[in-house]
Amino acid sequence: MPEILITLLTIGVVVAAIPGVCNYLILLERKLSAWMQDRIGPNRVGPMGLFQPLADGIKLLLKEDVIPPHVDKVLFLIAPAISVFTAMLAFAVVPFGPVNDPTMPSFIRFIIAPGIDIGVLFIFAIGSLGVYGVVLGGWASNNKYSALGAMRASAQVVSYEIPLGMSVLGIALLSGTLNLENIMKLQTDGGLLSWNIWFQPLAALMFFTASLAEANRLPFDLAECEQELIGGWHTEYSALKWALFFLGEYTHMITISFLTSILFLGGWSFPFIAEATSAYPGLWLVKLMILSGKAFFFICLMIMLRWTIPRFRFDQLMELAWKVMIPLSLANLVMVMFYKHFGFSQWWLLVGSMALFGAWGTISARLREAELAERPGYVKRKKIAPAVAHAGHTAHH
Amino acid sequence: MPETKTKPKKTVTWVEEPEMGFWESTFVPAIMKGLKTTLKHVTDRKTVTQQYPEVKPDLPLHYRGVHRLNRDEKDRVKCVACMMCATACPANCISIEAQAAPPDWPDRDKFPKSFVLDELRCIYCGMCEEACPVDAIELTHIYDLTGETRESLMYDREKLLGVYDQTKDNPRDPVRTKRGILGPAAEFSSLPTLGPATVVPDSDRSAKNATAGVIHSSQESRS
Repeated sequence: MPEILITLLTIGVVVAAIPGVCNYLILLERKLSAWMQDRIGPNRVGPMGLFQPLADGIKLLLKEDVIPPHVDKVLFLIAPAISVFTAMLAFAVVPFGPVNDPTMPSFIRFIIAPGIDIGVLFIFAIGSLGVYGVVLGGWASNNKYSALGAMRASAQVVSYEIPLGMSVLGIALLSGTLNLENIMKLQTDGGLLSWNIWFQPLAALMFFTASLAEANRLPFDLAECEQELIGGWHTEYSALKWALFFLGEYTHMITISFLTSILFLGGWSFPFIAEATSAYPGLWLVKLMILSGKAFFFICLMIMLRWTIPRFRFDQLMELAWKVMIPLSLANLVMVMFYKHFGFSQWWLLVGSMALFGAWGTISARLREAELAERPGYVKRKKIAPAVAHAGHTAHH
Repeated sequence: MPETKTKPKKTVTWVEEPEMGFWESTFVPAIMKGLKTTLKHVTDRKTVTQQYPEVKPDLPLHYRGVHRLNRDEKDRVKCVACMMCATACPANCISIEAQAAPPDWPDRDKFPKSFVLDELRCIYCGMCEEACPVDAIELTHIYDLTGETRESLMYDREKLLGVYDQTKDNPRDPVRTKRGILGPAAEFSSLPTLGPATVVPDSDRSAKNATAGVIHSSQESRS
């Protein structure tokens, strides 16, 4: 089969599958949040609410699409398109299954654009374009809440772009390539003990956190917080255009989950089941399942986090990026450079990461203490429990 | 705590925010703890949801729903058209037209010729039930009141008696009257003079309108 046809086939499959997958991720999110809150969740449309996404999709398609009279029409229309376009384009270089596996049928390829040597760079370049959708949408809405949301989104994405990129730089240095397929191959060849998570655990933590912020997911969704900004940048959007924004957000989630699995968790590699030496029929399918399973785990983690942690305040958000994650990722990068230059054992990177983590905790605890001590009338106190007991006692009489 | 008895009562408790230690500053253990809690709820599969149309909610006994007009043991409407409910009603949703009782009803002077209650206007406060001296009007547990027109929710005497027939056997809607006897208000030969329980001096804040001209609009004309 000629190369171009395979590419077209892959694009078709991906573009068709992503909206469906996103729809079902929304169902998963609603179900998980319901279970977390001891509710049942959608259960009316189909068995266990399985057809709810279809119903929602039809509803969003048929809903009246309001374009308010006070908006900048061109930008208003183009913003959701940019949002989806960039999210999907970033997915083009992400291998979502095994690549170059000889057991696979020749017409199946689990990456749209294979052999892109600037893979990681491409994802970051395109992914940070996604904020244009938010900014333009918020600005074109001609609404102060939308504009505020867009402003927050741009500040946030610009800040978190840096730790996001720098935490991956360590991996790029270790692997000596930016090509995602090669990064994955290096880990799958070595098996469990060559997964990057062992050498860059701190970078993995920072990458995941920063990518949550990039995707505007809670606890970093200050751009669209309902309580303050009535929905933020998508206040004026309805029906399909609104849905496109969310398609973009969920596509971003999928991309991030695959990236985290590929960069840090060894791609399709799994001890005993799928190793570099294992060979049995249907292995490529197992590899696909493993990689998707890892990505699914991260998606579930994101959903769980969203419904577990309260939202950051904006200054805390900025503090986390500029005072914690950027210095840490820089230190992590320097550590990897030292390792590369002097050729220590790779396991020192694990020790170093832990030491950096410890330094982070100590420094931020001391910073916090210093900040509290500067307050007027501050009394150093460890526990607040006695005061509460006292109040309860007097109220009783 | 024995020392609290001798000391003056502390009304303000100043709470300093607790210091954050090493692990708190890294956020990680707190997030893990939170995830543990939520994961526990995901996996235990206990739900508090009621599947509403299939499962009806267990309402509290004092729930105030659609009204009914009770019948006495001879199946006559118990209401004596005293207008107490219409007077007590803060929403002004009851309109009663009284008529002299027929001669073979020796226990009352009047009965309602028409009794219309606007269920859309009603705020379901239960003041009519409180005011009724003969326990004729009562609020039931019916909460899913719907109608296709506004007129269909203007409940007249027959409709309200119909609600009584519909709910009288429901154990959650017992007829709260003393059997066969009209309430004590019907037995008064002369009513005691009523006055305000506390004399409010004009200088007091509570004697003034809370919002000018909204609640006591008649106050200006009275003074």
